[in-house]
Amino acid sequence: MSVRPIRRAFDWSAAVIAILAVSSAVTVYLRDGSARFVAILTDDLGLFGWMLPKVLAGCLIGAFVTLLLPREKIAHWVGSESGIAGILVATFAGAIMPGGPFTIYPLAGAFLAVGADAGAACAFVISWTLIGYTRAIVWELPFFGPDFVLWRVIFSLPLPILAGMAARATWKFIARRNGSAA
Amino acid sequence: MNLLIDLLLWAIAAALGLALAVRSYSMFADSLRFAAREFLMLLPRIAIGMIGSGFIAEILPRHLMPAWFGPGAGAWGLIIATVAGALTPGGPVVGFAIAAAALKSGAGAPQVIAYTIAWALFALPRVLIYEIPSMPPRVVWLRVAVSLPLPFLAAWAAMLVGRP
Repeated sequence: MSVRPIRRAFDWSAAVIAILAVSSAVTVYLRDGSARFVAILTDDLGLFGWMLPKVLAGCLIGAFVTLLLPREKIAHWVGSESGIAGILVATFAGAIMPGGPFTIYPLAGAFLAVGADAGAACAFVISWTLIGYTRAIVWELPFFGPDFVLWRVIFSLPLPILAGMAARATWKFIARRNGSAA
Repeated sequence: MNLLIDLLLWAIAAALGLALAVRSYSMFADSLRFAAREFLMLLPRIAIGMIGSGFIAEILPRHLMPAWFGPGAGAWGLIIATVAGALTPGGPVVGFAIAAAALKSGAGAPQVIAYTIAWALFALPRVLIYEIPSMPPRVVWLRVAVSLPLPFLAAWAAMLVGRP
């Protein structure tokens, strides 16, 4: 049983970021001098090292989940015929999943590979992005304080559900227009 | 907190790995190889993304942003905040740091909410570095398209309720 296809390490999307990064780095070096350049580089390298164990854990979780989750059950819970309950399940899963983009996107890819539909995948990703607690607690709270973060999260609660429903409807509409099954 | 998240992630990975190894050792070995390949594939992308994000953030015109989305900026302020959020690079702190600075220097709370939500949803480096290689590109673009109204919805909710 094989898992998802792996894409190339360096494609157009990585090239866009590489160009942005290099031109910004050159700008900083020319404008602010080498001391500032080295300070930013050191900070960023620290952040990179800090991310690595999380990235590896994310890859492992994504790979294990793909093989562990029973395909029929996933299709039943969060497939294209799962209704609003499926979108709610995906939203809840996104909100409780710890980690960062390095865990969420491989996991969303895994869910798609085992029978989740595009609507559920969108709800899952958006829910993690907007109401995931690790992000809010670790990153947002220190900057904004509890009052702002709490209200921001409350206003965000319905958004993954709305977006998930819209994504599912759009996906089905496109599939129908292309004359293939969703 | 960082250590706690690392521990939680690795506990989940270990529990799932154990469950798979008990069921089928060959499937476990296959998925280890798959995870290692995916990790190596992501590595250069993440290196570019993380090292680049600090430099990209450094050349952003941060001091101009509070004026662009102040409380009097209205609907245009929301649109500018949303676009600015989408253009801010995806490192974990960049968007929050800018938004908090804007809030402190007098930007409106709904605009700041729109900015942070747009940054969380659309930050281009995050979409390109992490999302595109992990999910089918069609689903990614659909995700981005259905997310377009969300910063505005949250900001309007904040305006209606009058909080925070």
